[in-house]
Amino acid sequence: MIMVEQLTRRFGAVAALDGFDLVVPPGTVHGLLGANGAGKTTAIRVLTTLLRPSSGHARVAGHDVARHPERVRARIGLVGQHAAVDEELDGRQNLEMFGRLHHLGTRPARARATELLERFDLPDKPVRQYSGGMRRRLDLAAGLIISPAVLFLDEPTTGLDPRARTEVWSAIRRLVANGTTVLLTTQYLDEADQLADHITVIAAGRTLATGTTDALKRRLGDDHLDVVIRDPLCLTDAAHLLAAFGPVRINKDQRQITLPVRDRVAALTGAARALQDNGIDAADIALRQPTLDEVFLHLTAGSEERTPA
Amino acid sequence: MTTAYWMASDSWTLTRRTLLHWRNQPAQLLLGLLFPVMILLMFGYLFGGAIAIPGGGDYHEYLLPGVFTLTMAFGIETTYTAVATDATRGVTDRFRTMPIAAGAVVTGRSIADMLNAAVGLLVLLACGLAMGWRWHNGFASALAAVGLLLLLRFALLWLGMWLALAAGRPETLMALQILVWPLAFLSSVFTPPSTMPGWLGAIADGNPLSATAGATRALFGNPGADQPVWLAVAWPLALLAVFVPLAVHRYRRLT
Repeated sequence: MIMVEQLTRRFGAVAALDGFDLVVPPGTVHGLLGANGAGKTTAIRVLTTLLRPSSGHARVAGHDVARHPERVRARIGLVGQHAAVDEELDGRQNLEMFGRLHHLGTRPARARATELLERFDLPDKPVRQYSGGMRRRLDLAAGLIISPAVLFLDEPTTGLDPRARTEVWSAIRRLVANGTTVLLTTQYLDEADQLADHITVIAAGRTLATGTTDALKRRLGDDHLDVVIRDPLCLTDAAHLLAAFGPVRINKDQRQITLPVRDRVAALTGAARALQDNGIDAADIALRQPTLDEVFLHLTAGSEERTPA
Repeated sequence: MTTAYWMASDSWTLTRRTLLHWRNQPAQLLLGLLFPVMILLMFGYLFGGAIAIPGGGDYHEYLLPGVFTLTMAFGIETTYTAVATDATRGVTDRFRTMPIAAGAVVTGRSIADMLNAAVGLLVLLACGLAMGWRWHNGFASALAAVGLLLLLRFALLWLGMWLALAAGRPETLMALQILVWPLAFLSSVFTPPSTMPGWLGAIADGNPLSATAGATRALFGNPGADQPVWLAVAWPLALLAVFVPLAVHRYRRLT
């Protein structure tokens, strides 16, 4: 559904995309994971015909984005980083307007607006009175006016509080259940993990790694165990004990010890017991997925190892 | 269906969007309409008594075409705000990823803004008539004057669109609002340039607003018509020749 080959987009001397590759089969949800400035938004903008590529090829829904942008536009929906809706209209007026502009015709546009308001649980009041989560859901609904072949979601939950985030996630999951192909960008591994079946990691405009979420998560490194020690004097002793479960990193200021673990439950219970047996008081013990920084460290370290000196 | 059909249909949908804004926020529309009326009353009754027109004539008769012209110039803020807000909110991007007929977005904007200008002008004409201002050269000439005023608004609309797409943020509206004042006052809108220091008067004479103010004074038969009418056609056409291509170009390659 999306085929990208050696895509490059330069802004003056800066290459925001620098030989980017991507393949998204129909009916799948693909997560594009990368830090700020990695080229995620540029990739979305090229694929949605907002920017012309400097070189390389990109096909979306069977059409080349540079040669037939108007054909691509008839098949896609975009939900950008800001809620791109008209604040001075109400929810229904927004959806009706977008429906008419998608050339549905007046009456079908009205029916579609009603349907989408209901589906996304949106009240019929001025958008300026909407909460952040409602705005995003309206934005999503606007991206779905035509049941697009491909839906682009550019950081759909950035800036939302946890509750609104969950609301948006479940709205996205319902879409996916309908078989829409989705490309979503995110800075958060857990978001990609929650929503996508495939992940591509992008850094400096280039594809760093790609694969199914599970396979990639294994490659991206193990889960991390964070242990916070109450008494700073015990920090070194605790680190010695925990080193039995994996290579430890110590953060003195936060009295925190971090280590990657493979067998999550065994490591968690083992670490807790070892500390308790030695009379060391832990303020907090938590398992978490690696952060994006840790993923990049891991991926770049991995590629250096593979490169012969 | 045909391209022409969708062009008309999409333009109407986008014009209708602004009409819905007015219906949803009538207070905003009303304020926009009343602001020039306030200026008219201020200059007509507060300052007006102290201003004498060289060669004689009633100041109200001189003032009205000036305020009509000024109102057309202030309209640029309406255009700027609407276009800049859409660009920053991502609404423009959403439009650009939709199969909307080419040019419908700017056409819809133009129609809505011209409607706004026409309504604003009607309100001011009514106020002027109530204040004792009259046209003296017949209805056809008066209509031509109104045409020239709308032509100026139309030209400035494109300047506004280009500025908004180039400078982009609704916050820079403040800068525009401040700049519009000296640019508007440095013209024959409120006072004849012949009463200004020589070099300043020369600049004021060259202001496109003076061209429209002077021409409409001539057509309405009001005092102070100091410029040939053709200038009030030439200036807007020159502005259009420059800013239509610039605005269209900006819209296409907006990043």
